[in-house]
Amino acid sequence: MDPTTLSLIQLGIVFFALGFLGRLAGRIGMSPVPLYLLGGLAFGNGGFVNLGGIDDFAHIASEIGVILLLLMLGLEYTAKELVTGLRQSWMAGLVDLVLNMLPGVAVALILGWGPVGALVMAGITYSSSSGIIAKVLGDLGRLGNRETPVILAVLVIEDLAMAAYLPILTAVLASVSFLGGLTAVGISLAVITMVLLGALRYGHMVSNVLDSPDRESFLLKLLGAALLVAGVASALQVSAAVGAFLLGIAISGGTAENATRVLEPLRDLFAAMFFVLFGLNTDPRTIPPVLGVALILALVTALTKVATGWWAAKQQGIGVPGRARAGAALIARGEFSIVIAGLAVASGAVPTELAALATTYVLIMAVSGPIAARYVEPLVRVVQGKKPEPAI
Amino acid sequence: MNIEETPLPGIGVRRELRLATGRRVGVVTHRDGHTELILSRVDDPDACAASIPLSADEASTLGQLLGSAQLVAQLTAEQEDVSGISTHQIMIRKGTAFAGRPLGDTQMRTRTGTSIVALLRGDDVIASPRPGEILKVDDLVVIVGTDNGLADAALILQSRP
Repeated sequence: MDPTTLSLIQLGIVFFALGFLGRLAGRIGMSPVPLYLLGGLAFGNGGFVNLGGIDDFAHIASEIGVILLLLMLGLEYTAKELVTGLRQSWMAGLVDLVLNMLPGVAVALILGWGPVGALVMAGITYSSSSGIIAKVLGDLGRLGNRETPVILAVLVIEDLAMAAYLPILTAVLASVSFLGGLTAVGISLAVITMVLLGALRYGHMVSNVLDSPDRESFLLKLLGAALLVAGVASALQVSAAVGAFLLGIAISGGTAENATRVLEPLRDLFAAMFFVLFGLNTDPRTIPPVLGVALILALVTALTKVATGWWAAKQQGIGVPGRARAGAALIARGEFSIVIAGLAVASGAVPTELAALATTYVLIMAVSGPIAARYVEPLVRVVQGKKPEPAI
Repeated sequence: MNIEETPLPGIGVRRELRLATGRRVGVVTHRDGHTELILSRVDDPDACAASIPLSADEASTLGQLLGSAQLVAQLTAEQEDVSGISTHQIMIRKGTAFAGRPLGDTQMRTRTGTSIVALLRGDDVIASPRPGEILKVDDLVVIVGTDNGLADAALILQSRP
């Protein structure tokens, strides 16, 4: 068969199957990310179809997927929100960082993956999934709750921390010498600071340049700018994803809203490809050996996230049920952990078991996070020995 | 009244009132423009008992419903298909000008041409009340008259001192 024809058929099968998985996820009210990972695992080694024909496309598509994921994350926040969030909640952010990076570091060191592995695992256990959490809060009708701003503030700081963490990670993964790594980190942090300050002052100019009443030219300008900035950032040793994130922050106001609207379907398409490819590249046979570790890590990091949320909510004078809700809401990990693992695995600087552990870990956390958020309330009531009162 | 405004990064803004009872009632405005009406729980003031999504139309209609001047206008409109005489019930609310004062002080007949034919107080009906009858908070005043007169009567009974 003609290679192009084969690619089209394979791609069709993959997207079609993902469509069904996405629908299934919507039906049972969960994030599609774990299902896409499972889909990738099924298609991969010994799966239903051999996807040799779409390798090239899958790689570039998943790269675009990460860029769009981060671009849209940046679009959700204005530079002002980030700065205010940082000023008001840096303590909570610090508690979050320390409590949730440590378990990852510990696991990597115990398994003998060295300092680079420790840095990667720290990021994987640290980053909550803002996508999953924002959706869960909306679905459970908790946007009016008093602990919700606390949760969102922690997420904002995490995303900011990611903007610093990702370039450091890319630099460390890429460089051989310590000094080279240090220089790269210095350059990337300087670039990020400059862009963030620029976004605060000149964000409206970026928005004006990109804005267009015509949908088609708007989409092309937006996508062009995202790829361009990501590419340049990548050349400067700042990760492509961070470049896109910073561009997203610089775009503000009505332009940001329109951008979210036109980019959403594209992001869904390419990000799905990214998660599938990650699953594809993970050999399902490597999962059983790391399952025990993943379960322990999941339990420990669920508890550390609950502690983080509990502490942060308590600082704001929120009652015990609210503290528990804030803690449980933060448990979900998802796209970011996989983005980090994806960067690490692609560089070849970490052992392959890390990909297996990251996949298993995210599968557990993306599924159990929303469940924990939903059932923490009745649980607290049982522990406190209170009967449910009429709420209205 | 103080409106508390809380930014919800990535989602929108929450604006709420703290009621005298300690409960919070307010609105979450999403970035995309749709609104949610929120009401805090009795047993857990941090949490919400209800968060009801409203379209822009529904939100503005609800807003009008809560404003008494518009309420009068709407009552008038509802009665337009009945010719001549209509009946209305108007509640004496806390803090209004005639709460705790005798019925005669309203000078309703002189000022609006309407007649107060009954007072509904809890389960009691006080038919043809005398001018000396004291109006109490939560009394329902039953008034008969023309639509214009009833609208004026409602304004008088809802006015504040």
